[in-house]
Amino acid sequence: MSFKTIKLSLPLSPEEILDLHYKDKVLLSGTLYTARDQAHKRLCKILQVGEQLPFDLAQTAIFYCGPSPAAAGKICGGIGPTTSSRMDPFTPTLLHAGLKVMIGKGDRAPATVDAIRAANAIYLIAIGGISAVLSRCIVSCETFLWPELGAEAVYKMQLKDFPCYVGI
Amino acid sequence: MHLLSSLKIQQAVYRAISEITFNCDPQVHQALSKAMANEHDEIAKDVLNTILTNHSLSPADKIPLCQDTGTTVVFAELGTDLHITDGSLYEAINNAVRQAQQDCPLRASIVNEALFARHNTLDNTPAIIHTEFTAGHALRLVIAQKGGGAENMSFLQMMSPAASSDDIVSYICDGVLAAGSRPCPPLILGIGIGSNFEGVALLAKKAIFEELGRANPDPRYAELEARIKAELNARGCGVQGLGGNNTVLAVHILQAPCHIASLPVAVNLECHAHRHCEVWL
Ligand code: SF4
Repeated sequence: MSFKTIKLSLPLSPEEILDLHYKDKVLLSGTLYTARDQAHKRLCKILQVGEQLPFDLAQTAIFYCGPSPAAAGKICGGIGPTTSSRMDPFTPTLLHAGLKVMIGKGDRAPATVDAIRAANAIYLIAIGGISAVLSRCIVSCETFLWPELGAEAVYKMQLKDFPCYVGI
Repeated sequence: MHLLSSLKIQQAVYRAISEITFNCDPQVHQALSKAMANEHDEIAKDVLNTILTNHSLSPADKIPLCQDTGTTVVFAELGTDLHITDGSLYEAINNAVRQAQQDCPLRASIVNEALFARHNTLDNTPAIIHTEFTAGHALRLVIAQKGGGAENMSFLQMMSPAASSDDIVSYICDGVLAAGSRPCPPLILGIGIGSNFEGVALLAKKAIFEELGRANPDPRYAELEARIKAELNARGCGVQGLGGNNTVLAVHILQAPCHIASLPVAVNLECHAHRHCEVWL
């Protein structure tokens, strides 16, 4: 294989982030939180009024994902990335609050790319349309915040060797 | 006059949605295997391989092919000698959508209005239904679960009638490449040329559900399809935007007459999850 595959566990250290290069494959483990458009709005609102988020952004990752519901007896339903650029307006606020790792699909706006680089953070690309493969990498999944948002709620997930590629 | 109970329609649509949510279209699987064989880029190969694995894990694990289980879109061709009893076609389809959302289960991905409230309907209704009348007493349904990512990247232009086929090829290729990885390439392109503003969008949507990789029966349009496919695959967006020579799996054009002042062009993007099927009742 002509590309590098690296196993990493969250939280990522500054050195681990520095060592990653565009298009490296990462098998990611550890605990992260999902957030889509609505959750981003709410998270940023909390930060803007000067309050603390219920989890430490610096110690985890945000995954732009709205899972499909889990069938009875399953850990989770379908898992996969949504389009990251919709989260661009919120990203600087979250980076400022300590966020280091984001996972989604698609390009980011040039200003977001700069903000991610300036914060020594990393953007990982997950593959769309491989939900069954990604679901096998989920060890646990629980609704963490705002269950009324359904797929747009914040889910807390534990990953094991979740495949993604360095985007920025 | 033939009779068809709406319950039969509901059951057929329910079965169709449950099937396409977990089972990849064999033609898409074949096209992706072919893409894998001709792919130059190692990362793209790795991703294609994962997509092919997903096709077998999805039905085995009963996990949807994609977590965006989509909007239900139905093209119905209703024979004029057929009478639907105990309810309407639209009720039957929406009942099936509701039931499939519960049982599969599917992600509730529909909001009640696009602006302001955006309250989730929680049951994936309403489906988007297009009806045409045909001769005879059959009901043909083309049923699709259309993901949001690819739909969002679709585009339409009322071009000048003076535009050449070169202009159209560049308009389409530039638009698809600007979408980058957001629509989850490799893609199927449904292209409408002609009709009017709303007509061309419908042509583009319908074109997606033509038999995968079929060539337009008119050789001039077939050549255009081949050109667009070749140009896009040469310009290097690749599988999930990670590079390589497989940005599109198939390009389907549907054409129609139009006004002397018009040359409408619409491009509807479809991702490799391509969940669709055809049912005859
Ligand atoms: S574009 Fe298709 S494959 Fe990608 S996330 Fe949406 S439905 Fe899934």
